[in-house]
Amino acid sequence: MLVHTALNRAEQVARHWTAAGCPVVIHVDRNVPRATYKSFEQIMSDDPLIRFCKRHRCEWGTWGIVAASQSASEMMLETFPQASHIYLASGSCLPLRPVQELVEYLAARPRTDFIESATTAEVPWTVGGLDQERFTLRFPFSWKRNRYLFDRYVELQRSLGLKRKIPTGLVPHMGSQWWCLTRQTLSAILQDPERDTYDRYFKRVWIPDESYYQSLTRVYSTNVESRSLTLSKFDFQGKPHIFYDDHLQLLRRSDCFVARKIWPHANRLYQAFLTDSSASMKRTEPNPGKIDRIFAKAVERRTRGRAGLYMQSRFPNLDWENGVTCNPYSVFEGFAELFDNFDTWLAKATGARVHGHVFSPDRAEYSGGQKMISGALSDSAAKRDYDPRAFLTSMIWNTRGERQCFQFGPQDTQDIGWMVARDPNAQVSVISGAWAVPLFRSNRNFADLRKDAAELQKIESKHLDTLRSADAKARIRIWTMAEFIEAPMEPLQTIIDEIGQANPRRLTEAPTMVDLEGFGQFLQNLKNQGMHPYLMGDFPVEHGPVYMPKPPRKPYLVQ
Amino acid sequence: MGALQSYRLRLQRQRWRIRAFRKRRDLKAISDRTDQIRDTDIMVFSTLRNEKVRLPYFLDYYRKMGVGHFVIVDNDSTDGSLDYLCGQSDVSVWHTKASYKRARFGVDWLNWLQRKHAHGHWTLVVDPDEFLVYPFCDTRPLRALTDWLDASSIKSFSAMLLDMYPKGRLDEQPYEEGRDPIEIASWFDSGNYTMRKNKKFGNLWIQGGPRSRVFFGDEPAKAPALNKIPLVKWDRKYTYVSSTHMLLPRGLNQVYDEWGGEKASGVLLHAKFIDTFTLKAAEELARSQHYSASVEYKAYADSMRDDPELWCKWSEKYINWRQLEILGLMSKGNWA
Repeated sequence: MLVHTALNRAEQVARHWTAAGCPVVIHVDRNVPRATYKSFEQIMSDDPLIRFCKRHRCEWGTWGIVAASQSASEMMLETFPQASHIYLASGSCLPLRPVQELVEYLAARPRTDFIESATTAEVPWTVGGLDQERFTLRFPFSWKRNRYLFDRYVELQRSLGLKRKIPTGLVPHMGSQWWCLTRQTLSAILQDPERDTYDRYFKRVWIPDESYYQSLTRVYSTNVESRSLTLSKFDFQGKPHIFYDDHLQLLRRSDCFVARKIWPHANRLYQAFLTDSSASMKRTEPNPGKIDRIFAKAVERRTRGRAGLYMQSRFPNLDWENGVTCNPYSVFEGFAELFDNFDTWLAKATGARVHGHVFSPDRAEYSGGQKMISGALSDSAAKRDYDPRAFLTSMIWNTRGERQCFQFGPQDTQDIGWMVARDPNAQVSVISGAWAVPLFRSNRNFADLRKDAAELQKIESKHLDTLRSADAKARIRIWTMAEFIEAPMEPLQTIIDEIGQANPRRLTEAPTMVDLEGFGQFLQNLKNQGMHPYLMGDFPVEHGPVYMPKPPRKPYLVQ
Repeated sequence: MGALQSYRLRLQRQRWRIRAFRKRRDLKAISDRTDQIRDTDIMVFSTLRNEKVRLPYFLDYYRKMGVGHFVIVDNDSTDGSLDYLCGQSDVSVWHTKASYKRARFGVDWLNWLQRKHAHGHWTLVVDPDEFLVYPFCDTRPLRALTDWLDASSIKSFSAMLLDMYPKGRLDEQPYEEGRDPIEIASWFDSGNYTMRKNKKFGNLWIQGGPRSRVFFGDEPAKAPALNKIPLVKWDRKYTYVSSTHMLLPRGLNQVYDEWGGEKASGVLLHAKFIDTFTLKAAEELARSQHYSASVEYKAYADSMRDDPELWCKWSEKYINWRQLEILGLMSKGNWA
């Protein structure tokens, strides 16, 4: 048992092992003050099954930990001839199942070595990019204390192409440092005539405690079971996850013999697992997968996070969002201008939440004229324009689970154009030039209309360039107005299908298009005034497009 | 960040340290129990004025969390706060009559006391109306969090300020000593926050919530900052720059992940808006000792006169930390 802090917990666990008849050799880190060590040794002296071995200075990633386990193993093999399997544990390990069960389990497998051991090429665990190199470079500098020298020396060796020779007959393997070996295998490793060679080699290997026994076992063992009996989960930096009181049920349902590492103040865990009464250990259905899931999720949360969330501890740089927004949404440009009551129709057809122009200059036009929506996001234009990007991501985040649709156009605040274009969640449908319809229907002086038309056309043209950019990732569809009114149902059906909600049936009801009688002439008038509207495509001057039947139609059925 | 910028920030940090050193003369130790602080104690630092009614619950809340010692600066209270604090065995109290504003809203005083007493401790700097909520706070003591932060080599922990408010008028339910103010002010805004990066100090600047919504609807840029880094493994070289919004050295402000992941973070439930607020706002306005000429309090006073209700149909009712996690206001990060 390797111990460096929380000596009281180590004592508790050591006594738990010996109570079941298992001898324990304790290695106390040299960094523990002498006085503390002495009193610890004193306290434990009443137990004949507990011994203390020579102390080494242990630092993460260095040879000290291997040296410690060697000393302890030697003492164990020498002092306790009855020991058939030797289990390497730490002071923060906690036996989860009755020791007797472990004893029986091992007795039934007298020749099996339980040690996780895989060749470097085959495992993805290594953190920090040193996998094969940890066996071929030298690491004289401490990673914890002298990171700078450590890194520089690695670089130097790489650039000079220096490589160490791996001792013959040795194939580097790696794995969890917590093993359980048979007396035969362990003594063969420790009594090997070549041990000096191996030790010298491993002293300069990076993190030898994860490779020394793992490699040498492969030389001697006849029966390696490549897994650790110790449940140990690692986070994305290679640190072990810690177990707390609230993991009690989880640990009960794992079928591992030993878990690490346990928070020293987790009183309930120590109490539950070290009181060996059969009642408290009554086993529920084992479900070891649950622990895996919980910790895998934690790693994913730390490395990838929740898509579309911007908050105090997640503020991704551009292109590192893993999802600009959290949910698919639809942006309609020109539809509300071309169709009467388009939002009502769309809401009915899709079951989605359909807003008006949420980026209109006066206020965010939420569906149903609401002043505020989920998350207490207000309709104030000032607040929205203070950070339009946050406004949109918040709106989509707050309404997770409900698809949002909103209208957009050149008369709106334009800041979000680029963000929407690069968001794969956005479905953008544009009828270009439809902004001219409200102008056409308005009753204003033509000189003003002309000015507005020129301005809107310029804005939309710029916006379309954004949407057509090579980096745009949204689902973007652009029709000219002329193209669209030629056959409106088909594009509408495609869009609705893609939204894919509520209505798997074909559209039965088309939205009512506004009366475009005279629109062609209107465009021609603009042209005559020197302003060339081109975004709406080609409209014949004389009459409205062929498609348009005469006066206001009733909604009709399409089969 | 260039060497020059780095040097400038270092100068600035030295300036705040010197300032804190000068301001030490403002402070008079009334009850100095700092010799009782154990090496492993987590400490709370706070400046207050006339908060007697809040103190019993405040101290209790953090004691239960596992805080070992409180260091409090009493800025000339007249309601008996000082006497009450002197009677608490785990509280050290300093008293001052000096200007809160000229001590940069108390930052200089606390910087000094932290430098003197908090070196090597995990310290939590909170006001008496701020209640820390962190992942697993219902099952794990604060020590579990700080141990984990230590093991992960993390030195500072973010906890954004979340403004809490009651349903109905602020003065509808009177607050009584010893009671949990979150029972009264149990509502909050869940999704109307904006954030941007402060290039100079590297911290996030968060705004929004009910104060921005109600008091600063037309001028969101003036809304108060909500980003806070209250929990820090203190070193005598550190200084808070402006309230607990940001620190120097600037590396301590990097409490957020920029590559898509989530770091662990908590929330400070801000129970400012209860019936005591109306009185407080009037007093603070008269003293004008608050940030940017008390613009905040002016705005409050104006709005509060007519319609002192922050609650709206979309307000969320506070349940627990898991709710805040799901809403995306805080995160477990890789702590599981």
